[in-house]
Amino acid sequence: MKTRISPKITAQPTRGLVDEKIYIRVSNLIPNEKITLRCLLLSEDNDFWHAYGLYISDDKGVVNVAEDVCLGGSYTGTEPNGLIWSLKPVPGSRPALRLRKHNVFTPFLLNISVHKGHINGDFKDASSLALTVIERWYISPGVSRVEISENYIHGTLFLPPGPGPFPGILDLWGGGGGLVEYRAALLASHGYASLALEYMSTQNTSINVNNIGIEYFEAAIHFLKSHPRVSSEQVGIFGLSFGTSVALNIAAKGNRISPRCLVCISGSHAVKINGTIGDVFTNLKEEGGKIMVDENNHFIWKELILPRLADPSKKVKVGNIKCPLLLIAGNDDQNWPTVDSARDMENMMKAAGNEHLLTTLIYPKTGHLIEPPYSPHTRFSNFISAFNQEKVVVLWGGQPKEHSFAQEDSWEKILHFLYHHLYSSSIGLSKL
Amino acid sequence: MSSLTTSMAQHLIKSVKVFLRFCRRQDDMEKDDPLWQPLTGAAERSFSAVEDLKSENETRISPKIIAQPTRGLVDEKIYIRVSNLIPNKKFTLRCLLQSEDKDLWHAYGHYISDDIGVVNVAEDVCLGGSYTGKEPNGLIWSLKPVPGSRPALRLRKQNVFIPFLLNISVHNGHINDDFKDACSLALTVMERWYIAPGVSRIEVRENGIHGTLFLPPGPGPVPGILDLWGGGGGLVEYRAALLASHGYASLALEYISTGKKSTSLNNVDLKYFEAALHFLKSHPKVSNEQIGVFGLSFGTSVALNIAANQNRISPKCLVCISGSHSVKIDGSLADVFADIEINTGKSKIDENNHVIWREFNLPRLADPSNKVKVGNIKCPLLLIAGDDDQNWIAVESAKDMENMMKAAGNEHLLTTIIYPKAGHLIEPPYSPHIRFSNYIILGEKQKVVMLWGGQTKEHSFAQEDSWEKILDFLYLHLYSSSSKL
Repeated sequence: MKTRISPKITAQPTRGLVDEKIYIRVSNLIPNEKITLRCLLLSEDNDFWHAYGLYISDDKGVVNVAEDVCLGGSYTGTEPNGLIWSLKPVPGSRPALRLRKHNVFTPFLLNISVHKGHINGDFKDASSLALTVIERWYISPGVSRVEISENYIHGTLFLPPGPGPFPGILDLWGGGGGLVEYRAALLASHGYASLALEYMSTQNTSINVNNIGIEYFEAAIHFLKSHPRVSSEQVGIFGLSFGTSVALNIAAKGNRISPRCLVCISGSHAVKINGTIGDVFTNLKEEGGKIMVDENNHFIWKELILPRLADPSKKVKVGNIKCPLLLIAGNDDQNWPTVDSARDMENMMKAAGNEHLLTTLIYPKTGHLIEPPYSPHTRFSNFISAFNQEKVVVLWGGQPKEHSFAQEDSWEKILHFLYHHLYSSSIGLSKL
Repeated sequence: MSSLTTSMAQHLIKSVKVFLRFCRRQDDMEKDDPLWQPLTGAAERSFSAVEDLKSENETRISPKIIAQPTRGLVDEKIYIRVSNLIPNKKFTLRCLLQSEDKDLWHAYGHYISDDIGVVNVAEDVCLGGSYTGKEPNGLIWSLKPVPGSRPALRLRKQNVFIPFLLNISVHNGHINDDFKDACSLALTVMERWYIAPGVSRIEVRENGIHGTLFLPPGPGPVPGILDLWGGGGGLVEYRAALLASHGYASLALEYISTGKKSTSLNNVDLKYFEAALHFLKSHPKVSNEQIGVFGLSFGTSVALNIAANQNRISPKCLVCISGSHSVKIDGSLADVFADIEINTGKSKIDENNHVIWREFNLPRLADPSNKVKVGNIKCPLLLIAGDDDQNWIAVESAKDMENMMKAAGNEHLLTTIIYPKAGHLIEPPYSPHIRFSNYIILGEKQKVVMLWGGQTKEHSFAQEDSWEKILDFLYLHLYSSSSKL
């Protein structure tokens, strides 16, 4: 004899971009019953990540995540997107993980399930009452991926579909190095020809920090500007962490390479690039800045360059920047002194008279890794820095709920900022 | 845009050559090539030259098309907004699709951008094209073959695991149907899927049944649906895939094979369909009680026969589109079709040589022995028809069924929706409206062009509206009514 019909989970969008909000509604439950909603994902590294929320169905046997209150789990309260932003490794996982997409042409598959009762974290023996699957994509249909591995520049270009010309974005990550594509793919899905640039590689010897100076990044911007489908005047730079420092260095240089705008996340102007990046690291080592370790042996690097803020010769002359600059930082950043740097930059730009170009967003209880939504918040993770080649566990900082809000809010503001400066302001420049 | 002078052209050609050399692979280059060194001297000057030339002659940044959902199910509404256009100018939006049969289909609308250079399809008025007025979904439901296409086409998805790719483009001016020389200002791509992630497809070849089962993900049990198409035959999967994406274990059943070994219709009778229902009910992930039958055209007649038959297999509900109770199945389908086709010779032909079947079946309604005893039906029945159906007597049958059920006292089970100016092929939205198409009449080798009827705008509304009502009806009777158990 068969049991009652299974509950019905409606989860949308069925195949969405990673930055789209989700809508989850369960019906045909027994009314006024405790249930647990769970989201399960298997990463490309074969680790399981999950999020879960405890709910009570209403009189009609419905749970609506957008409207109902979650009573506990990996998130609480009325959190429409809690099942995605509060993802964390399942119990028993390898420690200090970070969820990052390698192949942008396959989606993350999210299994959304509903279970009887309120389950706390351990789903090993909890069979689901119902299950559905949604896909989350970093790339929209029609975007092309072009490998750029010429003689000099090493990166991946993502081009939106269509004849163009498109605005361009140079996409720079930080000291972890490697070629990280997913943010550039996402930016291209929003209409920007985006070049994810590799500038620190542990494998590719031609991209050795001792060979790479500012000219490398300028070549990358030249490449973008000269591309037949990119508008040479509408090219911006998007940086995170060390990438932010690079962006500031380029913009302050005041030569022909003038970006149209900058998005600078979790970085500092107190990293001046005079020669190669290797020189920067050598100087840092020689300065012997303060490295701390917390009670879990996680490395806290935020005070490493703090003394430099007092030394003008070590700071990028941000007073020379001629383009709009969106600065984003978390005040629980344990990796770089981003808030102090932001304040110092404000002062320098006020003194120089160009502070009207600056917009600063400081998010409370937010850490270093401010990624596109709805990436799970990573408070600490394994890290091999190009700086010293050791594998350590680095403390990034932040609390999940506030950090996830920062990612969601900053991304929306970033997209508006980019559209305003790279798309719509070109209306005034029409030569037709 | 200024024209290129000869010297500018020469300069441009030289710069492009330099640029292209830069992009060549390392091992192709001579070691004394000035581009070998990272961007010094000549190389940097060349890049600058290209940039200068570009900005002198460059047109404005491309308009930006937002089309959502990027990867939606075929029955989801779309949202299309174009920005960064020159304000207050004429533009044409176009949707282009290539079918699996390699035909190109398109829809297009004429708009005028507003003061800030925006066209918002959901809110703005389309001034002409394949649709007019404020039509948020016009660019999908008004698709038709491009000029010069093969005639009498019908758009049907064969492989449900590959989406339709829709190219949405914007063009200067108001273009009428011929886009051959019209290059686009901008383009984006959307996918349209008949199947949601997690739904599995299972080929069913057992107990004499020939079909495809689509199962939603999860442990179940889920309600089941027997999905029946009409006299065109074959195994048509896309509607069952879509129903599974909405939570129903759906069995698309082939009962008229068009293949080489034409399954003799002598062997197909009501028992075949009962076997299919039995298969569904016995499936471990399917409820043994919450099974419905969904029919279109001849499939509707089958559904009514099953439901009215006093045997063990009683469906929980029926969805009957564009069909009639005036086809009683007593013996084999071969007998049934022979009976219908006695009158085929009486079918009409319109001014385009399209075949109209509607009226030759009219006399059937007068004879009770022809008709399914719908007074015996014990389950809720949703009846849908278009009043411009040129293929079958769907509207007259609906009225007759109402009368029969009133007389029998079970009309409370019946919900009838008749859509004005809708034709025979009422498909899930946003399938393009097909007023006529190629058709192979059963048993005959010849291909005719069958008139199905309907006007595009009203037919598309019928598809959109009926599908919403169908999904609500199925949920009410197959999902939620079980909670009373």
